[in-house]
Amino acid sequence: MATTADRLLSAHVVIRPANWPARFAWLAFAVYFAYAVSHLEITPARFIAGLDYGYKFLTKLFPPDFQRWELLLKGLKESLEIAIIASVLGLIISLPVSLLAARNLMPAWVTWPARLLMVVCRSFHPVIIAILFVKAVGFGALAGILALTVASLGFLGKLFTEAIEEISLKQVEAVRATGAPFMSVIAFGVAPQVFSRFIGFASYELDSNLRNSTMVGIVGAGGIGGTLFAAFQRFDYDFVCAIILSIIGMIIVGEVLTNAVKKVFRA
Amino acid sequence: MSPSTLIDREWTRYSTGERAARFLVYVAIVAAVVLSIRTVEVIPDFILDAPEQVVDLLKRMWPPDVASYPEEIHAALLDSLHIATVGTVLGVAMALPFGFLAARNVTPWPWLNWAARLVLISTRSINTLVFALFFVAVFGPGALAGTLAIAFHSIGFVGRLFSEALENASPGPIEALRAAGAPGASVISFGYWPQVVPAFWSLVLFRWDINVRESIVLGLVGAGGVGMALDNALNLFQWTRVAMILLAILGVVVAAEVAVTYIRKKII
Repeated sequence: MATTADRLLSAHVVIRPANWPARFAWLAFAVYFAYAVSHLEITPARFIAGLDYGYKFLTKLFPPDFQRWELLLKGLKESLEIAIIASVLGLIISLPVSLLAARNLMPAWVTWPARLLMVVCRSFHPVIIAILFVKAVGFGALAGILALTVASLGFLGKLFTEAIEEISLKQVEAVRATGAPFMSVIAFGVAPQVFSRFIGFASYELDSNLRNSTMVGIVGAGGIGGTLFAAFQRFDYDFVCAIILSIIGMIIVGEVLTNAVKKVFRA
Repeated sequence: MSPSTLIDREWTRYSTGERAARFLVYVAIVAAVVLSIRTVEVIPDFILDAPEQVVDLLKRMWPPDVASYPEEIHAALLDSLHIATVGTVLGVAMALPFGFLAARNVTPWPWLNWAARLVLISTRSINTLVFALFFVAVFGPGALAGTLAIAFHSIGFVGRLFSEALENASPGPIEALRAAGAPGASVISFGYWPQVVPAFWSLVLFRWDINVRESIVLGLVGAGGVGMALDNALNLFQWTRVAMILLAILGVVVAAEVAVTYIRKKII
């Protein structure tokens, strides 16, 4: 009779049992992937032909040309202004809308329209919304501000609503039991529970608006994007490089600042 | 300390330093907003006019041109989805090595961590549209440029979150494997991978969802997909067709979100 040790030694250990549904899913995905790649005409030949051109392109990008720094600075400033105003407007609008959309505070006939509004705002890329506003209110920063406000409403509204739905209702009940009016219930029962999370979401949105405000200019909605697109079309690649480097710089500085703000409010 | 001094003592939630820091943040925010509003170049008449103009635009868009969907929009929309999917796969494939290199517990050399992190930060900071402009200039207009733009911008996002997931992995199983003399590849495949696989799938799905939205815009700079159809319709002022394209985009984006939520529930 074999000892336990013998049996253990001769045991065939299956470390990863075969998972047939997963294998089929992988196979199906591989077939789809091959189809999509061929359909999009992504061929190695095209890729290799591009590499040579890409190398020439990179040599034209460097060194960056900061000579027109005044134009650059003006564009960056406008992008920053668009981002700040749009974030504040988005914040102001999304606070009441997210209250209306919270299922634990409002009846269904109120939450549905509010949720639908946020889904529509969130579904479109800010640049697409910007095109529509450019057509409606003309070129310039106003279109960018309106577009990013709509986008902020979509994202902040969703995050705020989720935060409000996760609060403890005990405190809300307690405030309500004292006979407090609706606004006081919000101010003393709901707001303190969600405030620090809201700060986090708002600073995240400011970051994301800053990124997008550098892009809406491509469709004429103000900011550095317009300068960037114009430089691209004029094959001013060394100025393009300068613009992109300054955008990256601004975004990194913005991220550092918002992280610092989050730290202040986490205490 | 006698009870009376405890009662008389003033209790505050935040220390003076914390309150000063908060106050400073508030002042900075108000100053930034006021300064922005005062210096931004917006013509006040345009603001007052805006609601009227928006309503006018919506009127011109109604009713959506349903007939244009099968002709032109459907194929372009599918192209956008293909671009998003292929781009996500390529992006994830490029992001994984950088994710492993950026995780301090997997790669013990700080200079490699920092080099990988630099790649992740810079690809995340360059917008998909900028990448698209680059790749259109290099490879010519079309889906190849769009796919590569999506892939490159995804590197930073996926790589960063993946390296964070790796750094949060519990060191127990990894030390056990190392103690048993497992080679590096086995430590990764049996120690790290099972721990980060849920995070990995959830961030791949999340990125795909984002990429579906981004792939739609790419056409505006000539990088393929439904954005090109939208750009055409806008330039020709075919507003009813624009409305149809926007409705189709809305449908696809909402469907993608629902699909992601469903798959996430199934596999995680």
